[in-house]
Amino acid sequence: MSTPMVGWKDLPMAAVPFLSAREYPTGEWAVFQPKIDESKCVKCGLCWMYCPDSVYRWDGEGVPVPDLDHCKGCGICATECPTKAIEMVRI
Amino acid sequence: MVVQKLVSQTMMALNGDEAVAWAVKQSNVDVVAAYPITPQTIIVERISEFVHNGEVDMEFIRVESEHSALSASWGAALAGARAFTATAANGLALMWEILYITASTRTPVVMAVVNRALSAPINIHNDHSDSMGARDSGWIQIYSEDAQEAYDNTIMAFRIAEEAMLPVMVTLDGFTISHTLQNVSVLPDEVVSNFVGIRKIPRIKLPHIYGEKEIPLMLNPKYPISFGPLDLFDYYFEHKVQQNEAMKASIPIIEKVHREFAEISGRSYEPVHMIPYKTEDADVVLLGLSSTMSVVRKVVDELRSEGKKVGAIRLRVFRPFPADMIRKELSKISTVGILDRSLSFGAEGGPVFMEVRSALYSSSSKPTVYDYVYGLGGRDLPPKLIKKAFNELLEAREEPEKPVIKYLGVRE
Ligand code: SF4
Ligand code: SF4
Repeated sequence: MSTPMVGWKDLPMAAVPFLSAREYPTGEWAVFQPKIDESKCVKCGLCWMYCPDSVYRWDGEGVPVPDLDHCKGCGICATECPTKAIEMVRI
Repeated sequence: MVVQKLVSQTMMALNGDEAVAWAVKQSNVDVVAAYPITPQTIIVERISEFVHNGEVDMEFIRVESEHSALSASWGAALAGARAFTATAANGLALMWEILYITASTRTPVVMAVVNRALSAPINIHNDHSDSMGARDSGWIQIYSEDAQEAYDNTIMAFRIAEEAMLPVMVTLDGFTISHTLQNVSVLPDEVVSNFVGIRKIPRIKLPHIYGEKEIPLMLNPKYPISFGPLDLFDYYFEHKVQQNEAMKASIPIIEKVHREFAEISGRSYEPVHMIPYKTEDADVVLLGLSSTMSVVRKVVDELRSEGKKVGAIRLRVFRPFPADMIRKELSKISTVGILDRSLSFGAEGGPVFMEVRSALYSSSSKPTVYDYVYGLGGRDLPPKLIKKAFNELLEAREEPEKPVIKYLGVRE
């Protein structure tokens, strides 16, 4: 984490996050990660919709791109993809 | 102690539950989410009648459990509403998870807890095992002695909660207070409404997200923030210390709100956290909570007429625990009996005993402290048992080798 740690006196109250969730790389413990075969993808968006961690971004040509810093490797996207465009790859 | 009557009040025959419902009706509450449970049901029944009859501008959310009742109240309060709910016993136990979440996210929900024994076996009558079980969840706890106080405490609770930014539990004894009709002085609607005002939302800075701008501490689409999502090794500890400090900081707030309430109602509870009765020259004192203490005071009077130097202390605010005040008040007493209406299984005594005795450890004149557990599951505590306890205390002058729990009114 780049920001210096603050003590309880300087912490905003009410347990609101001190940092944005974007700064917590929670994908570190994944064993598998999704790999998209763009030629099979029909851009239906189901992977984006089903991912419990909001990992997919609409970058590129409408093909979803996973933000692997936050992917837990659960494989839901691969299961839901209707064209089997997503392969879970061991990392 | 009567200070000054500033407004004329209406005397109404209300039971404790109805008294709480009236306080909620008059306190500009926006949202009540509730699930009925004996002996609390009357509170939410009355409130839903007020809503149905159009007597209040309030959203009443019917939920399917107490877990949802508190979750909905918490969510409403996060969205900026003044929220209230009520529960008892197993309902409070079902809220356990959300009790902590409400306190940790500094959400000023007010909840009436109508004290009732926890299962098993099922028992609908009064003891304090429910709210004592919730004592470490970060809620302010105020224990009422009668219906009038339940009314007064509920009104004050909104102010205390919102200034301290902590949730407040107002407790009243099941059936003894909740279902017993009493003359209650009810303040005019507009006086209560002015006293509690409209909920103010504090503003905070989240420099890493919104720079130097102050944003309202609530769910707000203009400034989206999440409450309590994740703190691991890095900030959880700091947040908990912050919460503990907020509890301590609520002591003067509680006192201030009581003083201001005394000015409008003429009803003063002094000292706010614990009320001593004939303790100035007492040799022995019984300390306890809630409705029992009115009987104890009667017994004190009787024993005083026999020349026995006895006194009583009623603890009103159990969280934050007024340790300094307890130390000060008890330092001049030689023997103290604690009335505990709940057990902490396997511990050296009931919850009140443990706190009081621990507070006295740093006092130079340590009184001898005995624990009297009584009234579990609504068992009666007749004056003759209270006398028995007082007489025992008058004879006991030495600290027992280790703490002993004595049971008042149990068959051997
Ligand atoms: S594997 Fe799971 S967490 Fe990762 S992108 Fe797919 S659905 Fe999301
Ligand atoms: S679910 Fe499969 S086909 Fe649909 S957008 Fe995602 S990768 Fe493409």
